[in-house]
Amino acid sequence: MNRYVLARLGQALLVLWAAYTVSFVVLYALPGDPVSLMYGSDSSDVTPAQLDALRAQYGLDQPLPAQYVTHLGAALHGDLGSSVVLHRPVAALIADAVPSTASIAAAAFLLALVVGGGLAVVATLARSRGLSNALLGLPPLGVAIPSFWFGLMLVQWFSFAHPIFPAVGNKGFSSIVLPAVTLAVPTAAIIAQMLSRSLQHSLRQPYVDTARAKGAGPVRVHFRHALRNASLPALTVIGLVIGELLAGAVVTETVFSRPGIGRLTATSVSAQDIPVVQGIVLFAAAVFVLVNLAVDLLYPLLDPRIVRHPRAAKVAPGAQAAPALEPATAGV
Amino acid sequence: MSERLLTVTDLEVAYRTRRGTVRAVRDVSLHVDAGETVAVVGESGSGKSTTAAAVVRLLAPAAVVDHGSIDLLGHDVVNASQRALRNVRGILVGLVPQDPTVSLNPVTRIGEQVAEVLRIHGLADRKNADLEAVEALRRAGLSDPEVRARQYPHELSGGMRQRVLIAIALAAKPRLLVADEPTSALDVTVQRQILDHLEQLTTGAGTGVLLITHDLGVAADRADRIVVMSQGRVVEQGTPDEVLGSPSDPYTRELLAAAPSLRGARVIAAPVPPSAVPVLEVRRLTKDFTLPRSAGGGTLRAVDDVSFVLPKGRTLALVGESGSGKSTTARLALRLAEPTSGSVLVDGVDVTHTHGAALRLLRRRMQVVYQNPYASLDPRFSVQRIITEPLNAFGVGSRTERAARAAELLDVVALPRTVLLRRPAELSGGQRQRVAIARALALKPELVVLDEPVSALDVSVQAQILDLLAQLQAELGLSYLFISHDLAVVRQVAHEVAVLQRGRIVEQGPVEGVFARPADPYTAELLSAIPGGRVRVGQGGAS
Repeated sequence: MNRYVLARLGQALLVLWAAYTVSFVVLYALPGDPVSLMYGSDSSDVTPAQLDALRAQYGLDQPLPAQYVTHLGAALHGDLGSSVVLHRPVAALIADAVPSTASIAAAAFLLALVVGGGLAVVATLARSRGLSNALLGLPPLGVAIPSFWFGLMLVQWFSFAHPIFPAVGNKGFSSIVLPAVTLAVPTAAIIAQMLSRSLQHSLRQPYVDTARAKGAGPVRVHFRHALRNASLPALTVIGLVIGELLAGAVVTETVFSRPGIGRLTATSVSAQDIPVVQGIVLFAAAVFVLVNLAVDLLYPLLDPRIVRHPRAAKVAPGAQAAPALEPATAGV
Repeated sequence: MSERLLTVTDLEVAYRTRRGTVRAVRDVSLHVDAGETVAVVGESGSGKSTTAAAVVRLLAPAAVVDHGSIDLLGHDVVNASQRALRNVRGILVGLVPQDPTVSLNPVTRIGEQVAEVLRIHGLADRKNADLEAVEALRRAGLSDPEVRARQYPHELSGGMRQRVLIAIALAAKPRLLVADEPTSALDVTVQRQILDHLEQLTTGAGTGVLLITHDLGVAADRADRIVVMSQGRVVEQGTPDEVLGSPSDPYTRELLAAAPSLRGARVIAAPVPPSAVPVLEVRRLTKDFTLPRSAGGGTLRAVDDVSFVLPKGRTLALVGESGSGKSTTARLALRLAEPTSGSVLVDGVDVTHTHGAALRLLRRRMQVVYQNPYASLDPRFSVQRIITEPLNAFGVGSRTERAARAAELLDVVALPRTVLLRRPAELSGGQRQRVAIARALALKPELVVLDEPVSALDVSVQAQILDLLAQLQAELGLSYLFISHDLAVVRQVAHEVAVLQRGRIVEQGPVEGVFARPADPYTAELLSAIPGGRVRVGQGGAS
């Protein structure tokens, strides 16, 4: 572990704290509290005294700053509170929902990487300008198609017209296919758009001419020279795409009636189940922060020009320490 | 008679753009024999680089060969399939590209990039290719080739990278080498070392060289035959003696007259009688930079005990290679950077610690013209706005007065007033540099710092700008601090010269004296590295 990683972890914690605080302020500043929502404001079978007792039980009678301190302290100990609707701990609810979402998100991500990346490579490699243009026209279309419509179309074709995959549920591998495809389309489109753009840029660089002057064919030029340089900006986008997948899960899981983080988000928001919503915000922030940290740590492995941090050299001298002065001292 | 390697016949290349077709190369015919170096000389837009690209069929996508043939050892390059070309490039013809800083793949190790040529053509397996790559790097004159092979391009200097590119081009021992301005991006001494080395490598192996250059001096020194191109056509062709000794084409004569390395005539203004108080004086200036800890920490002394005096109406040239501290010295003199120690005097007044409003007033008296007129002018501003900007900044005059001043300044720099409402993109490089000079003169400064003012320009344009600068100095009594790596230019315009090496002044004095009798070995080395030596001494001819 070097200082760079520690500093980045510190930053990650800061981001999580900020996400928690902002979501707390926004959610608790909303009019109405979970208790009155649970029983309805005009309910006759619960007396105001009982409602007050319930509020006291959830700590809702405390002033806002006191509630914040209490909740934050609990959250630091891993206790995210309990759902006011489902009466279960938030952490357990999220833990139950994660595997189902993770399986479709992972499948969608792999699919998006292969399809999006493949599309970008084939489009820039294609000799025929017509084919290349046709392929490059697909990503904007993929971004534009509404997920819920596309998901319903898939169900229409592959579950009802030709019963190949189940329309709903989360039993077995076959139930993953349609949701994953739905979720992958916008993600693949973003990856294809980004990668083809940066591939086109890389292919115009002088070092590509150098490679061609060596006698390298188009495939070698693409994979040995252009792709590695072009993948750097695309890698940055992958960090952001993970967020896209979480957001897409809300629609996809609703369309396919699958349990998961997306469904949990949708139901909790509509029920104004504040502790759950806040838990999900925190969870999403954590995923985001970790993925981007992983991307940052991957960068130096792909691009030798990036020395992670000046201070890193102090911890690990040697290989990376000397080159910075090399051009000045070594001469020709 | 040696074997004919390359024959270009009636070549015609056009660029198809949205605005129509631009013919870049017309009716070009040339040939290169084994062991021969043929230099193609011309200014930007002359079609010399397009011709070079056509020989290896690495033309821009918009370029089309309309007519003519290129025969490379029996291969019809113009009509060859991409697959057939792959058996020509790298193995029959090697290419040394123009800019070493961007021509190597930044994420691949040097050794791998050299070995790739051998692997592509099946000349070695993985292990042997790596060993041979190290050998190729050694032959290209790189020290510690084993270490270099494991490094990445960004860890090498420009000169070292150009040697790597030469190693790549020659690794598979091609019969012909196409070198497109192989040293234009490098310092003169490095340029000479690399051209010497290239000559030695190719002469030994009987390789033919097609050398593309804008510098007639380089061509005269290196070529067996010179081909002069202008506006896409070959205007003159022959041995260096014939072309430079008795040029028959008016364009060649013009090029010859303008080439700074060959130009003998001084364009400097007659010196104004020096006043007692110099415009600028710096005393024992020192500047240390703290190095990042990743570079091992410590400090780098960029400027070391530098003193000089610039009298009114004179030109002092600061000469040195990249990294010699000449730009940092100028920044210190302009008070754009704080010296670690030493003092700066303007008109005899110590301004080393001047701050705030007084510093702002000082800035009015010192203006700068930068190297690259393509980057130093805001592309969205009109010429009028560019020139009046310093006036606006200091609130000089009314709106109409400022506009009148802009028009007047255009007259001074010999540009038509119609230019006022144009934008930089509509102007040529020379015109842009004139606009930059007009902007520098807007506040009527006493001192103008010229930071490599002509090195981004074509030679004939360079000559015009140098003439203009000399004329302005005579008319307005300006003092110039002239920063340059190009001794040939310095010889023409400067009265005094200070040679910088690693932050120290190694030699200082009147230009005539320093150039005729350099006292310091480094100055002598710089002087002998100026290309065109063969022509200047009047012997000329091919060796």
